Amino acid sequence: MVGEYLGVLVLLGVAIAIVTVMMVIQLWAGPTRPLLEKPERIEFGEQQDSSPRERLSVRFYLVAILFVLFDAGAIYFYPWGATFREVGVPGLIAMGVFTVPLVVGLAYEWAKGALEW
Amino acid sequence: MLFLVLAKTLSVAVLVVGVFAPLVIWLARKQSSLQKDRSEANRANGGGGAFLGLSHPLADLPKLLTREDVAPAGANRVLQMLAPMIVAVPAIAALAVIPYGGAYTFGGTSVSFVIADIDWGLLYVFAIGSIATYGAVLARGSSNTSWSMLGGVQSAAQMISYGVVLGLSVVGVFMVFGSLKLTEIAHAQDQLLWSFWGPIGIPNWGIFLQPMGFVMFMACIMAENKRSAFDLPESDSELAAGDVAGRSGARFGLFYMTEFIEVVVIAGLMTSLFLGGWAIPLLSTDMIIAGVSSFFDEGLATIACALLQVGTFIAKMVFMVWLQMRIRLSLPRFRYDQLMTLCWKVMLPLSLVNIFATAAGLLAFGEVT
Repeated sequence: MVGEYLGVLVLLGVAIAIVTVMMVIQLWAGPTRPLLEKPERIEFGEQQDSSPRERLSVRFYLVAILFVLFDAGAIYFYPWGATFREVGVPGLIAMGVFTVPLVVGLAYEWAKGALEW
Repeated sequence: MLFLVLAKTLSVAVLVVGVFAPLVIWLARKQSSLQKDRSEANRANGGGGAFLGLSHPLADLPKLLTREDVAPAGANRVLQMLAPMIVAVPAIAALAVIPYGGAYTFGGTSVSFVIADIDWGLLYVFAIGSIATYGAVLARGSSNTSWSMLGGVQSAAQMISYGVVLGLSVVGVFMVFGSLKLTEIAHAQDQLLWSFWGPIGIPNWGIFLQPMGFVMFMACIMAENKRSAFDLPESDSELAAGDVAGRSGARFGLFYMTEFIEVVVIAGLMTSLFLGGWAIPLLSTDMIIAGVSSFFDEGLATIACALLQVGTFIAKMVFMVWLQMRIRLSLPRFRYDQLMTLCWKVMLPLSLVNIFATAAGLLAFGEVT
């Protein structure tokens, strides 16, 4: 059954149409004046010294791991929060138990200095 | 049914993309010229008059659409064309679940002022919003310029910082209102939390029940919007416009437009989660309908009530837009390590405390069966 999702689908269609029309109009209405140096110097008239596709050290990779841990955890809070009135005290205890490893993970990374930059 | 859905979708899309977003751009320029004491954009004058600067947002679109489509050497053209679409489509699609008004019965037909009343409303906004992050990172990676690449890395750092708190800060709201559905959350706020005398008292709004949630959600959702104080991807003073480098014409225009559509979406979300949605303080739906229908008939009373409540929603949204401008223009930018410290060491523990404090509060007031 489509039901309520019909609105979402129609809006998605409208959004894609708006965006596509804008891009197509520019390709059609914009001028084309190729100049040898233009693509090279588009960035404020400077020539690139090095390739931007070089690997650079991303120092927050440990945080990214923590992000995955918490983001997967956060999703379980949603149904629990919405039904809190029904699940009551047993639900609260269960969620407390569920939160402990999350907090321990955060505390461990914090103590190990992963949250210092 | 189909006609109603089409009418609602088209009117919301046209109003927000064609009217609200340009007006917010206009407002942003006005506000920044006022607050920073400088002249606003004043070069577009339609036939001699500037019309309070309103001719600028009108001139923006034709100007951007008639630019040459230039790309830096070595840019990935397919991804460059795709990225603005991946950013803009979710921003427009998020408008689907915002309740612009309640549900009213006009002569036998029930009309609900929301495009799609789906059960997981807010989760839908988060889900579709995180698709936009792919677009943002792709756009930066595909430009083949150092500035935009650095902007992309900063944007990734920002995303993994605010993302968790964004999700956890609203859990308290679900607990208090017992639903993920934005229409139900808005409806639950159309009553009194605590009454001084009869109908006069404090309304049952999210901001009174979840003040900490309000502050944290506001901060995180402004970071999602990549506005100042959290505009690391752009950070014009260090990265020289950062991620905007290497975009031209419509591709730039779409990113710019999306930013302001997001401002409208954020205002709508904040309003329906924390500021009572379409509810008028001290005047519940029943009171309005009973009041007006004692003079006129019930049909007219329903129409009056719908107009008043949609008007109230728009007024609250305008206030939230203004608040976002104000914050944007007042705060300096965080350095990325400061932002990550704020999110991981301050807001994340606070949001967990907030969840369990809300649980304790609900238990203490005997709300839990």
